[in-house]
Amino acid sequence: MYSTVAPVMRIIEIPFAFVQSRLGIQRLAWLFLAPNLILFGVFAFLPIILNFLYALTGGDQVLLNDRPFVGGANFQSLANCENVFDPNSCERDLFWRAIWNSVWFVVLQVGLMVGFSLLTALVLNRDIRARGFFRGVFFFPVLLSPVVVALIWKWILQRNGLLNAGLEVMGYERVLWLLDRHWAFAWSVFLSVWAHMGFYTLILLAGLQAIPRDVYEAALMDRASPWRTFRKITLPLLAPTMLVVLVLALIKGVQTFDEIYAFTGGGPGSATTFIIQYIYQTGFAGAPRLFGLAAAASILLALVLALLTAVQLWANRRNVDG
Amino acid sequence: MKHKILATTAFAAVFSAGALSASAQEIRIMCTSDGAECEVLDELTTRFEADHPGVDVVMDVVPYQAVLESLPVQLAAGTGPDLAMVTDLGGLNPYYLDLAPYVDRDYWESSFGDVLGWYRASPDDDGIYGLHMLLTITGAYINRTLFEQAGVEVPGPDASWDDWAEASRAVAEATDTTFPMAMDRSGHRIAGPAISYGAKIFDEDGEPILVDDAFTAYVQKFVDWHEDGTMARDVWAGQGGDSYRDAAQEFINGELVYYYSGSWQTGRFDEQIGDFFDWQVVGSPCGEGGCTGMPGGSGLVGFKQTKHPEIVAALMDYLAQQEIYAEFSGRTRNIPAHRAVASAGADYEGASEPAATALKTWGAQVGRVSPIAFAYQGYRNNRAMFNITVQRATQAVVGELTVEEAMERAEADLAAVLAETK
Repeated sequence: MYSTVAPVMRIIEIPFAFVQSRLGIQRLAWLFLAPNLILFGVFAFLPIILNFLYALTGGDQVLLNDRPFVGGANFQSLANCENVFDPNSCERDLFWRAIWNSVWFVVLQVGLMVGFSLLTALVLNRDIRARGFFRGVFFFPVLLSPVVVALIWKWILQRNGLLNAGLEVMGYERVLWLLDRHWAFAWSVFLSVWAHMGFYTLILLAGLQAIPRDVYEAALMDRASPWRTFRKITLPLLAPTMLVVLVLALIKGVQTFDEIYAFTGGGPGSATTFIIQYIYQTGFAGAPRLFGLAAAASILLALVLALLTAVQLWANRRNVDG
Repeated sequence: MKHKILATTAFAAVFSAGALSASAQEIRIMCTSDGAECEVLDELTTRFEADHPGVDVVMDVVPYQAVLESLPVQLAAGTGPDLAMVTDLGGLNPYYLDLAPYVDRDYWESSFGDVLGWYRASPDDDGIYGLHMLLTITGAYINRTLFEQAGVEVPGPDASWDDWAEASRAVAEATDTTFPMAMDRSGHRIAGPAISYGAKIFDEDGEPILVDDAFTAYVQKFVDWHEDGTMARDVWAGQGGDSYRDAAQEFINGELVYYYSGSWQTGRFDEQIGDFFDWQVVGSPCGEGGCTGMPGGSGLVGFKQTKHPEIVAALMDYLAQQEIYAEFSGRTRNIPAHRAVASAGADYEGASEPAATALKTWGAQVGRVSPIAFAYQGYRNNRAMFNITVQRATQAVVGELTVEEAMERAEADLAAVLAETK
């Protein structure tokens, strides 16, 4: 093996040795990093800078050269509120409706998601019959495209959908699930939990299986009740994994767009319009296209996501450090 | 020897391809349609190519959303097509190629005078920018079979919105039909009824105001009809933002008595309803401001960033000729915007009797269109005003805002739009 590889390596080594002798070992590292840095610069860093520049301009023109500089006017317009808890008192009421919808959505969705994922992981961690099958069943929705998820539930919940057909068979009246603001919001939360729960269940299941069995055996010998075992052993030892799940679910929740957009279009009215949809509509789907306002809103969103990411990094580091 | 022949052949092939590409003048059309428009246009441009050797017309058929969202960005970036079929007639004016230096102005003015203004930047602008291929009029269809089954008399041509609402409710109740009335979720669609109610849309100086007492009164009526179940809630409340939604499928399924949409649905209804039930075009109901629908449609425009302005102009002029235009209108089952074609009557060969009657009725509706509706259709920022109307009226329909609050918001939105686009 050595006799085959060594001559090849010696040939490859020649140009690298030459470049290293010219640049030095430190610069050679930069040379290796350059392709990735260029790609990152063009496709990530440059758009971030452009986004900042757009946020400082106004008008409806696409090219930066044609756009007037307005300073912080877009941020000021978004923040111009008598009372942020009442969107009607804000200059950009739809922005604040989207913000509050997102806040409520994240609180409910993440809470329910973590709760149901934990419950499911606990059940699937037990020695039940067809455990592999049930793990597959709970994970299956994660594999579906967001549009498919939305269409499945739309067909179930629409006026002539499966659920209303079932209700009618049982002698109940039809309910217009997606035409009522409160129902539409509730179903949006449900749909999101249904679609993503499997992913978080899998992470929690891995966390549960990492807990040493001898701790449980010791608890059993001490005649600890199942509830006490869960409270005093499972939960504390699962806490680091729970924190990761919580932060990941929070970030994903704030970024929610595609499946709800396909599910309700953000309606009825603005009942299920979340912040990403607001940015999309303001910058791309509306007339005129207010790129500056959309860019300013996306910067505010980025700040929230950066904060959540920092929490996640901190949590990860704490896990690693024990 | 064999290698020499191959090399010579390859050289000749490369050389001739280069020569061909140097002489071939390719122009691209971005086209979108609900019916056969792109298909028929493609056939007509093939004939144009035969008359113009060396010209290659490429048709890119795209979804309507691409024309609405991608085309403006492409044009701003200088990467747009040479021509496109557009519906935002005045909004894209800064990118249009002025055909005036290339075509017979008198012919175009006399043939399309009414609609040329829709493509212009302002009333002072006298450029010729667009060939209005499809003239559409908004108005209503009824399921006549349901009226007959219910034994309810169909209201006359001067009936008001209230008359139609009452009749539709009576028919729906008698026949156990799901929806008495529905209107497409579109600011363009609600504009005609509001103008019929007396809305002025513009002030005395011609500046847009959108909201006035008559406009508010119609929106209030519209919201009330949603609350009492007269209007299908699924259409306006079933979406968010300013997204478009129609109720054509509900009408085709026989679940709807009265459907306010427009002339472009005729072909679809003719094809999909067939003998299922009898349907009829009844135009627009009347109010204090008349019995108007909104005109509209789509037109072919050339862009000044094209490298071949003469060919673009020649193609548009070819399509504007009476015979060619008449063929396009007839085959696509559309109302002609060309005066001579309209007065001669388009030949809707192969259309069923209900479709031919419907198209004739739509043609007659053109004369009832209010000057306000014409002005609104030609206004540069009309799309923004339509979107504001949809967004705010929906919020009132679903109870997020009262009608009064929604109208205040609409006024504020319009002021913001005007400030951004001045």
